[in-house]
Amino acid sequence: MKTKKARLITQTVTYAVLILLFVILTVMINNKSISRTLKGQLIPICSWIVMAVSLNLVVGISGELSLGHAGFMSIGAFSGIIVSGWLLNGFGMEDPALRLFLSILCGGVIAGIFGVLIGIPVLRLRGDYLAIVTLAFGEIIKNVMNCVYVSVEGRSLNWGFLDGNLPGTLLLNGPMGAVKVKTIATFGAGFILVIFSLIVVLNLVNSRSGRAIMAARDNRIAAEAMGINITKYKMMAFVTAAVLAGMAGALYGLSMATLLPTKFSFNESINVLVFVVLGGIGNIPGSIVSATALTILPEKLRFLQNYRMLAYAILLILVMVLGNNPLLKTLWRRLIPGRNREQTGEEMRA
Amino acid sequence: MSETKRRQQTHMVPYPSRAIVPERDLGSMPVLECSHLGIEFGGLKAVDDFSVVMGRTEIGGLIGPNGAGKTTVFNLLTKVYQPTHGTMMLEGRDMGSMNTVDVSKAGIARTFQNIRLFNNMTVEENVRIGLHNQIRAGMFSGIFRLPRHWKAEKAQHEKTLELLNIFDMAGMADERAGSLPYGAQRRLEIVRALATNPKLLLLDEPAAGMNPHETEELMENIIRIRDQFQIAILLIEHDMNLVMGICEDICVLNFGKIIAKGTPEEIQANPAVIEAYLGKRKEAEA
Amino acid sequence: MIFLSNLVNGISLGSIYAIIALGYTMVYGIAKMLNFAHGDVIMVGAYIIFCGAQYWGLPAPVAVLLAMLVCTVLGMTIEKLAYKPLRQATGLAVLITAIGMSYLLQNTALLIWGANPKVFPSPFSTDALHLFGGELVIKPETLITILANVVIMIALSLFISRTKMGKAMRCVSEDRGAAELMGINVNRTISVTFAIGSALAAIAGLLLCSSYPMLQPTTGSMPGIKAFTAAVFGGIGSIPGAMLGGVLLGIIEILGKAYISTELGDAIVFAVLIVVLLVRPTGLLGKPVREKV
Repeated sequence: MKTKKARLITQTVTYAVLILLFVILTVMINNKSISRTLKGQLIPICSWIVMAVSLNLVVGISGELSLGHAGFMSIGAFSGIIVSGWLLNGFGMEDPALRLFLSILCGGVIAGIFGVLIGIPVLRLRGDYLAIVTLAFGEIIKNVMNCVYVSVEGRSLNWGFLDGNLPGTLLLNGPMGAVKVKTIATFGAGFILVIFSLIVVLNLVNSRSGRAIMAARDNRIAAEAMGINITKYKMMAFVTAAVLAGMAGALYGLSMATLLPTKFSFNESINVLVFVVLGGIGNIPGSIVSATALTILPEKLRFLQNYRMLAYAILLILVMVLGNNPLLKTLWRRLIPGRNREQTGEEMRA
Repeated sequence: MSETKRRQQTHMVPYPSRAIVPERDLGSMPVLECSHLGIEFGGLKAVDDFSVVMGRTEIGGLIGPNGAGKTTVFNLLTKVYQPTHGTMMLEGRDMGSMNTVDVSKAGIARTFQNIRLFNNMTVEENVRIGLHNQIRAGMFSGIFRLPRHWKAEKAQHEKTLELLNIFDMAGMADERAGSLPYGAQRRLEIVRALATNPKLLLLDEPAAGMNPHETEELMENIIRIRDQFQIAILLIEHDMNLVMGICEDICVLNFGKIIAKGTPEEIQANPAVIEAYLGKRKEAEA
Repeated sequence: MIFLSNLVNGISLGSIYAIIALGYTMVYGIAKMLNFAHGDVIMVGAYIIFCGAQYWGLPAPVAVLLAMLVCTVLGMTIEKLAYKPLRQATGLAVLITAIGMSYLLQNTALLIWGANPKVFPSPFSTDALHLFGGELVIKPETLITILANVVIMIALSLFISRTKMGKAMRCVSEDRGAAELMGINVNRTISVTFAIGSALAAIAGLLLCSSYPMLQPTTGSMPGIKAFTAAVFGGIGSIPGAMLGGVLLGIIEILGKAYISTELGDAIVFAVLIVVLLVRPTGLLGKPVREKV
């Protein structure tokens, strides 16, 4: 079992490595010694890290399979874009840093509100039924976002549903999504968001509330008998994750000049889930590594051309099948002492 | 609840005449009073007409053959199942509208027949889950590490070690609960239940799988817990040495119904109990 | 009359969902896993039929039989290579593997057949049925789809209730460990389940592409998700549930698109699913489960 000390070391190392990486990358950007593709990927990588960390809170720590996490990202992204456009056009707020901060904040809050609204029905269900309902909500969000039109005229926002005839500057154009977005997101902001999400998730996990969340996951009946309100703590994890996903979405949305509502489909939810599973269920630093690696990897595999996604699929299956091979598992445990713990829950703490 | 308040309530509730052992705990209010409690599963009466009263510091035993409905009684008392008949009162408070969480907060804690520890957490964390509603700190103080969080963590840590010391388990605090030996897991479950600061502790087969020496130790510990914490304990057990050794009154269930109540001596001499355990004698049938 | 025609179209679409949903529900009932690659087996089946009819000059029934054969082998191979090694693994690991398999099938199809949609020729050449003086037009593929659904439903129910293999399936579904102790070959049972589900997928591919003739590597994914939804809707693990859920879902989708909003058709389908699960947490025909304390 990971003692308190070991946990503290892992956490410190995680923060230290992230800060070091940020410094190195900033220096490289200033030196212009970084490739264009990688530079363009830095902000999306930050978003996907936050997505993976937050989904891990739901799947790993709270133990509920969510297949609609991209829906919260979508809500956050489009709320962020609307807020940013509104502040710029309606209030003449030029300062991009302040605008970005407010947009990300609003993205998180609005996604959190939806998290509560969706969580109330969803968390009454169990297991696969819960998973399919999160999938359904993700698809509904995608579908509805396809029909929303928003424009800004003076200081007022105009809303249209299925109707794009709005006065003023269009911010959201139904199925065409957000166009001509002022890309104000920066790598620095992305880095701060990553650190923020880490602080939130790691501190939450290692607190009274976090223990209650994990108790509800490990043994529902015993947790209830100990006086833990299961719904409250499931909700806490779900909504916190929704807020973080909304923030990640706002960051992502404000780094792209155009953004389609169909971007945040079921496939993106699944991608984030793949980050979480490959990084280790409940293993927060693992999520960071896998989100980074799996965002860069497809770019690096570009030389494979059409075989790229095929290679990715085969890799995914191989990792899963070999990773769960009993023989290899035993070997793995022998090779790395101190790892001979049960599979689930062992990595619950970073 | 303050002691004065308890005394006040005592006068509001008439002392029940159905007490198993009326001479015990006179002058104080019963901690638990069930009347005509029952549950049906699709027409099958798993527990029927279950009426008992437990004194504030009583050690009660619930025995009976396999499938008699003993664990179901525990599930009713902790509201894992909602009773279909009857009422339950905890220190004079009606438990009708409570759910499992409310019951725990109101003061009933339990252990499980098939151990239900949080296996992937440490021993200390398991006990801290028990302390969940005793020493509190909110989500925001946890996330932003406010002083309240550190204060609660420190208080929980100290209380945990104190509780673990009942069974000399403080040295195991950092071990994974699932990796403990069987007997230690059972003891940990009792500690975890005690952490919720109960008024009534329900133990479901606490000695199962223990050797005679461990059982002996457990018996001493149960009495010690009662004396130290001044709580009532109701236990289900198949080990008759334990039951007859420490229980002050015993209730025998068969096919969901109470067939006998009384002191260990009375129970041992009761023909209905002997029949339920050993079956009817052939001659009697003829 | 428009309503009637919408209703018929809804039942027809629903029948396709139902046939796909059978594959999901059988595999879930017996192997306790969500086979996300099932939708893509449908796509493979449709491509085989397309190639058989277009390039290899096979008569339509032969092409369909060939597709069923290929899909059966494909389904069993997927199970053997990817899912069987994961019998002891967590549900999440199996789910991710299934998703990987879905990507694998889609991208293989992309390499073989390209991204451009192919126009699927309807193999049913008879004229459309004109009823009520031509006001209600029922296309032959609509009729055949509904008919196929009924036939498959009856055949499968008989298979499950009457044959030895069907009995074995019910046993494995209820308690895999006990079934194994009773001498039932669990691996073979699961294999046969995948075979049946995949053969049905080929038929679903034919019917789907006859009614909606655009064929591309992602053709199977959305109907797959919706059919899975239908299976959950009806109560996953239950065969009549899959039928009921599929048909209802099809009707809701077509009527929702016709009378509420075309753009929101999918959202309506998923919203109905959510409402149903909130009222009946294990679906329309699913059995509630109680945890023993």
